[in-house]
Amino acid sequence: MSLDAKTVTRIARLARIGLQPEEVETLGKDMGSIIDWVEQLKEVDVTGVDPMIGTGLAKPRLREDRVTDGNCRDKVLSNAPEREGPFYTVPKVVE
Amino acid sequence: MSYRITGSTGEWEIVVGLEVHAQVVSEAKLFSGASAEYGGEPNTHVSLVDAGFPGMLPVLNRECVAQAVRTGLGLEAEINLFSRFDRKNYFYADLPTGYQISQFAHPIIGQGKVLVDLADGSTREIGVTRLHLEQDAGKSIHDQDPTRSFIDLNRAGVALMEIVSEPDIRSPEEAGAYLRKLRQILRYIGTCDGNMEEGSMRADVNVSVRKPGETEYRTRCEIKNVNSIRFVMMAIEVEAQRQIEVWEAGGTVDQETRLFDHVRGETRSLRSKEDAHDYRYFPDPDLLPLVIEQSWVDELKAALPELPEAKRTRLEQEYGVSRYESSVLCVEQAIADFYETVAHGADARLAANWMLGDFFAALNRTGRSIEDSPVSAEGLRELLGLISDSTINGKIAKEVLEDMVETGDSASAIVERKGLRQVTDTGAIESAIREILAANSDKVEEYKGGKDKLFGFFVGQTMKAMKGKGNPALVNETLKKLLSE
Repeated sequence: MSLDAKTVTRIARLARIGLQPEEVETLGKDMGSIIDWVEQLKEVDVTGVDPMIGTGLAKPRLREDRVTDGNCRDKVLSNAPEREGPFYTVPKVVE
Repeated sequence: MSYRITGSTGEWEIVVGLEVHAQVVSEAKLFSGASAEYGGEPNTHVSLVDAGFPGMLPVLNRECVAQAVRTGLGLEAEINLFSRFDRKNYFYADLPTGYQISQFAHPIIGQGKVLVDLADGSTREIGVTRLHLEQDAGKSIHDQDPTRSFIDLNRAGVALMEIVSEPDIRSPEEAGAYLRKLRQILRYIGTCDGNMEEGSMRADVNVSVRKPGETEYRTRCEIKNVNSIRFVMMAIEVEAQRQIEVWEAGGTVDQETRLFDHVRGETRSLRSKEDAHDYRYFPDPDLLPLVIEQSWVDELKAALPELPEAKRTRLEQEYGVSRYESSVLCVEQAIADFYETVAHGADARLAANWMLGDFFAALNRTGRSIEDSPVSAEGLRELLGLISDSTINGKIAKEVLEDMVETGDSASAIVERKGLRQVTDTGAIESAIREILAANSDKVEEYKGGKDKLFGFFVGQTMKAMKGKGNPALVNETLKKLLSE
């Protein structure tokens, strides 16, 4: 199968990826074949089996409620394309 | 009485559900060791985990989980021993990772309930659908620069509890009562400070309308991020009104996100957000499912403080206060504690009366809270003791309380200093009354002629002559005796 142009455009917009019009069709085909490949899994009957999201062998490690991190503003801002004083800045976002 | 809005086609009922975001009281953030404290220099309460640096992994804060469980217990809710964290994907400048870690399919807390008291004295149960843990986002500052927004990540990653109600609310009043009760429970348990001004509690409000008797819900709109109880109530009213006008004009209400503008008293569509509604949730692969032990839940339950409803019932039974008085006394734990100290070894009903009356009035007048009250609980108890043992009368006691607030002196010291001790000497009272009667012989005649109301006049004159210090019961008694002579 191939994903239609509308779906491809929507997915691209959600991912904030700009597409050229000619890319839409190619990507639709590519994504469609990925989906076809994954959908082979549907051939297995999993009636009554809960979706598996881990092996269930380990429990998460929890942290104690203590302040052990932070106060590293220079590092936090080190990757910012632009900064102003103690802030990083982005093109104005107004609703 | 059910709340109804009258439109051009008749009456409408409103249906409201609330999603409350309550900031969890904790030292550190939900998944990092950075401070969760409010304020701080911009971008200092931030770890590289919160800033979404590559390779940084979240580690769950045990205390935040405990706080969610405690809150769930306070809401008499199911505690889910298995829960899981999911990624809610959207792009925004103050969300560095591009996703918020939340709990979508498996929240830590399931169905619970909140009992709310309404003005007419009735009680309603509002269902709680669920409570889940999630991260807060950072803060965007838009007014510092014409072309850029500034980002502060101090809030990013702080733990929030999202508490979702059932669409059980049927009036603005119920919405307000629900929020107040929820805040009270959170503050009692100590899981959220409930400070709406600082944004530690805010609400998304889901509103729809329907004709009374309809069993299906009509399309709802969600009003985002309303940050005061009053605004929630106002937003419900204007949004319901708007929807009624749409239906009555033959239109249909679109399901959408709206914003409440309290200055203009209207809600506005936030169409820009529509795309973002596809959050593409999936289990966060950085976090194993959370499994907690029933024994731990039991421990947390055993350590819970007395909750508002239980405290009210106990105060009513133990001290004989009314349902109304218990609601006021239990608004905050500190007030209830203060009351119990006052009532201990004093006339408990009198104590409730005085707390709700002159004492709260004094707090209001001085702008003080119960924590820094100018009069201590022991001090108030001493004053009430002086009323109970007839050292002073109630009217004089008001004067003494004012003096206590002003000078900080004890009640008995003030009574001595000002010579306010009540006159119980019947001889002195009788002679004062005789003078009054002699000076008002015309009124005495009228009284004897049937104008009973004048009795109050004689009491007033006598008290005035005695500078308020006469024992009221003795004054009444003596007056009656002398007037019937």
